[in-house]
Amino acid sequence: MEEMVNVYFYGKRYSVPADLTIIAAWEYAGYTLKRGVGCRHGFCGACATIYRIKGQNELKTCLACEKQVEDNMYVASIPFYPQDKRSYNLDELQVSDQIMMELYPEIYACIGCNACTKACPQELQVMQYIAYAQRGEIQKCAEASFNCVMCGCCSTRCPAGISHPYVGLLTRRLTGKYIAPKSQHLADRVEQVREGRFDEELKELMQMPAARIQELYNNREIEK
Amino acid sequence: MYTEEMLESIKKVEATRDERLHTEPRRLTAEEKDSLLRTWHPDYREDAFAEIKVGPNRGEKAPAQLTHLLHSNSRLYGLNLDLSRIDYDTDVLIIGGGGAGCSAAIEASNAGASVLVVTKLRLGDANTMMAEGGIQAADKPNDSPVQHYLDAYGGGHFAAKPELVRELVSKAPEAIQWLENLGVMFDKEADGTMVTTHGGGTSRKRMHAARDYSGAEIMRTLRDEVQNRRIPVLEFTSAVELIKDTRGQAAGAVLMNMETDDYLVCRAKTVILATGGCGRLHYQHFPTSNHYGATADGLILAYRAGAPLLYQDTIQYHPTGAAFPEQIQGALVTEKVRSLGAQLVNIDGEAYMHPLETRDVAAAGIIRECRGNKKGLTTPLGYAVWLDTPMIEEIHGEGTIEARIPAMLRLFYQYGIDMRKVPVPVYPTLHYQNGGVEIDEKCFSRTIGNLLCAGEVTGGVHGRNRLMGNSLLDVIVFGRDAGISAAHKAESVKLGSLTLNHVTEYAQALQSAGEHTNDVSPMLLPKYARHAREFEWRGFRYA
Repeated sequence: MEEMVNVYFYGKRYSVPADLTIIAAWEYAGYTLKRGVGCRHGFCGACATIYRIKGQNELKTCLACEKQVEDNMYVASIPFYPQDKRSYNLDELQVSDQIMMELYPEIYACIGCNACTKACPQELQVMQYIAYAQRGEIQKCAEASFNCVMCGCCSTRCPAGISHPYVGLLTRRLTGKYIAPKSQHLADRVEQVREGRFDEELKELMQMPAARIQELYNNREIEK
Repeated sequence: MYTEEMLESIKKVEATRDERLHTEPRRLTAEEKDSLLRTWHPDYREDAFAEIKVGPNRGEKAPAQLTHLLHSNSRLYGLNLDLSRIDYDTDVLIIGGGGAGCSAAIEASNAGASVLVVTKLRLGDANTMMAEGGIQAADKPNDSPVQHYLDAYGGGHFAAKPELVRELVSKAPEAIQWLENLGVMFDKEADGTMVTTHGGGTSRKRMHAARDYSGAEIMRTLRDEVQNRRIPVLEFTSAVELIKDTRGQAAGAVLMNMETDDYLVCRAKTVILATGGCGRLHYQHFPTSNHYGATADGLILAYRAGAPLLYQDTIQYHPTGAAFPEQIQGALVTEKVRSLGAQLVNIDGEAYMHPLETRDVAAAGIIRECRGNKKGLTTPLGYAVWLDTPMIEEIHGEGTIEARIPAMLRLFYQYGIDMRKVPVPVYPTLHYQNGGVEIDEKCFSRTIGNLLCAGEVTGGVHGRNRLMGNSLLDVIVFGRDAGISAAHKAESVKLGSLTLNHVTEYAQALQSAGEHTNDVSPMLLPKYARHAREFEWRGFRYA
């Protein structure tokens, strides 16, 4: 007999095998999921979920695709959370001390409760990356928020109404476009392709008899 | 977490590690690869395929589950939907909100067209989001698009369409530049040099990455850009049928609100199919690394409207899917783990094959090692081989795994397995649809006017096997191409009146061929609810 546990989906009890993830448990219970399910491997953030173990005070958040069920777990999916993304034209932005104040001024209302960090299923230092953003340390915020899957668990717990994932995303886009060092070899190659430097050789390959291109492929030198 | 048998085997893996660190397993010859594939690759299991009885590919074979869907009727058959009541009217309709769809949306809107994106889940819910290892582009001085062409064309067994491969490799550097201009953070040295590694079958180190969140970093950036531009997006809205006009061109789609089941009519001057792959059809009962929405919908839509498929019978099984524990079975363990030096090792601690053979060869090699040579290990879920991850830190130093492949570390660590210390068990997982709707180098369907396709839904770019890092590249290059082509084409399109006659004609063809499935297609969502499961409800074990 496999071990079963009781979970409560939106307050209704289901008995499910103990080794299931919450997503698999929903399906075991008979649900066909539309919202609150995504990549199922921890990358897309679609399955933000809030739960409480009966008798414990703490409310916890997780990704349902990763979190294993526990006995007496009260579960509610967060299929959508009204985050507040600002629209901007990245080409017109400038990296400056003011940029966060202009686009996401509410980050300065952070009261330092750290509920965001506790809520993060990726175990990011969320409050810390918001602090970087407050100080205009764009690249530090970008690095610290890099593994964010934008599930929004942090925002659901924030008394200041901050949309943390979008703050991180803005700093990453600024870093990728403006702050990261430029790749000269990339710019050179794009130019060479534009000049048509490889056109003749490519054409030759495209017209090559099968036996010859197979020989070329099978004997090509492989970089160590 | 590991069983006794697994722990015993790990001792053997550790015992041979020092020696293996200094030896590179030999690469297989062309003949050896050929014979390995024929004997052990799932594409060669004839009983897993079924003949297509109607439509442009009649007489050819496809995976049995796909043939079943192709032999099913439309939801709309016999419904008499009023196509004169138009809910949406647009220049460019983009079906699918992944990497290709968003790239197309940005470029089509750039070109001045009105655009509508529809996606059956959320924008960005797609296989692109889950791509880990990286994106290829020949931008280093010792490399060139010519070399990239040779790798891609050879790795695909010389079956790809040359003009598509040329497009892919020529536009790769520009694709990287475009992404960087949108703010994608690639891994770089302090002087700006891209950090690049090998993938299976590459002859130069041209894999660009963003840690092991490469696809996620690209996808969230593209999604943000679509939102910044205020391009209209309908989420939780699927396309259930293409609409044609009286001239036989594509002219829009019937949409379905996934939450209310209401049908909506969208008229469009051009239609881009960017619906992605098929992993959730679980061919041969393999587990999958794919997104929940990967149910091959675009193939069904295009085929029913009369567009031919190419290489619909070739599927990519990623060699290294997580084989254990159950909660992550089938999850992708990125090829980058092997790019960084981890070897594939059997139960006795032997590196039985070079770790960076192409994916089809590596997958067939694992299956042979387990089923033929009986040198796999047995986990509670079935066969596996080891991916010897501790080698990575021996080669590149402590901290490399956390810095370069943090998602992989996390994937296993949450179940008590520390891949810095112990190897991880892997087995092939259903990963990619090599074939799909046949297109030309500007993404137009070969037979249906004003229909374009981009990304995994297409066939011909990768031949019969795709290299790591060429799929993220594919969605960007061809997604952009499709957006530009569709916007320009829309300027001159004159539509006739709308019709769904092809649905009736297809149903009649099925009837004449004696095919009845009692199902409707496209599938839209996998049947995972316990009462709807068609095979063992949890764990998808190799048949």
